[in-house]
Amino acid sequence: MEQLNPKSRSDAYGSRINRDHSPILIHLVPWGTILLGCLLPFLPIISAIPLVPPLGLLFLLGWRLVRPGLLPVWAGFPIGLFDDLFSGQPFGSGILLFSLIMLGIEFFDTRFPWRSFWQDWMAAAFAIIAYLVGAALFSGADIGLIALASIGPQALLSILAFPVIARIIGGLDRLRLLRVRVLG
Amino acid sequence: MAPPSNRRSGHSRRAQYGVFTGYVVAGLGALIGALLLGISLFQPGFMAVPRTIATDAVEPVADANAAVRNEGRGFIESIQGYLRAGSQNDALRKEVELARIRLAEAEALKTENARLQGLLGLTREDAEPVTVARLVGSSSSSTRRFAYMGAGRNDGVREGMPVRSARGIVGRVLEVGRNSSRILLLTDSESVVPVRRSSDEVVAFAEGRGDGRLDIRLINLGVNPLKEGDVFVTSGAGGFYEPGIAVAIVSELTDDGAIARVISDPAATDYVSVEQIYQPQATQGAETPIEEELGAEDDGSDTPEGDSEGDTDGQDAADDEG
Repeated sequence: MEQLNPKSRSDAYGSRINRDHSPILIHLVPWGTILLGCLLPFLPIISAIPLVPPLGLLFLLGWRLVRPGLLPVWAGFPIGLFDDLFSGQPFGSGILLFSLIMLGIEFFDTRFPWRSFWQDWMAAAFAIIAYLVGAALFSGADIGLIALASIGPQALLSILAFPVIARIIGGLDRLRLLRVRVLG
Repeated sequence: MAPPSNRRSGHSRRAQYGVFTGYVVAGLGALIGALLLGISLFQPGFMAVPRTIATDAVEPVADANAAVRNEGRGFIESIQGYLRAGSQNDALRKEVELARIRLAEAEALKTENARLQGLLGLTREDAEPVTVARLVGSSSSSTRRFAYMGAGRNDGVREGMPVRSARGIVGRVLEVGRNSSRILLLTDSESVVPVRRSSDEVVAFAEGRGDGRLDIRLINLGVNPLKEGDVFVTSGAGGFYEPGIAVAIVSELTDDGAIARVISDPAATDYVSVEQIYQPQATQGAETPIEEELGAEDDGSDTPEGDSEGDTDGQDAADDEG
């Protein structure tokens, strides 16, 4: 069989004979990228208005919606805790909002079990808007109409970024499932 | 795509308990989050220690990244410079001529100033900055406006110290870690700075609006004397900032003041210097309750000035954060 088609005993992630997924990659890739996402808005630019999408949330939503069942329901707690260390929000707002969003998506999952990417994108958009408004309300600042309006560009940017993030996560998922561990 | 079947636990007791525990833990997580949030809203310094440790941990990465960012910006700016060179050259030549005249005027004022100060017997030593550091990052996805700086307790930075760039005030130190500290930027909606117009004595408060601009709130109400392009500098009231440092430039007039742009935009700032608090005794006076005597907890070596309490109302909002 191999002489006819060398890939005949492989799948998209490598040879199926004598090779298996690496347990390190399987767990490290999703959690690592989400935590890195929490850290990223801290680094690249210093801006006078909130503009950078909350990348930690986007990666969490991405992994949750692109690969359902991978992250546990309670994943919002540890990730929110990490996010709070760097986001500049009062401590606890990330924990609360991330946990509520994970529970909300769980509910969405049971309500709409069969769906396509468009519904996922819509769910993500709702979650992003809810998060940004919630974060603004819990930020401890006086929130007027102006401050709420200044969320607009950030929300738009975040919603438009979701398909790109989902695509990136698709690629990362292939990396996650590479058959690199040699059995026996 | 249908969700995987691991949530449908079927008849397996173990699987049922597993799913149930997951929900319980997630709900508990949300509750703990709400509790922590409540505490930190009432006590903003809550959990400052883990936060500063975390910032310290990523500070080296952020510092390297800041260096790259500044170089990248310089590269883009130099290309833009080539594209606009001709017209800019012309405009700059005119500006230099004007600046020469102004410089001569300033020289005259300087000598006069020195003479008057000599008459009054005023001696003013130029305070050395505490340290000079790089702005390494900011809370760019949050509604609050904080920046992070690559210097901390080891460099002598303390809470409340003003932070400025070459152009003007950037903000105030809010939390100090070992090698990094958090700065409350002027544009944060909790930031209030007492200012005056550079040309005369129109005093006001510059409050962050949360959209990257400042609200100039005049103290004396009446006919609005402001014009577009007015420059506001620190007035020194409150005792935190040295008087005469540029803060904002008026871009839009409102009924009771103006909306102003920050002169020292943090996005265009790479190095900042941390200054000593201008009048530490005055800021201490603002924190002491009226019933208590000023300097009661001190060693009593110096007598603080007591007339500062009225001036410092504007600082209180910002103080709550520290």
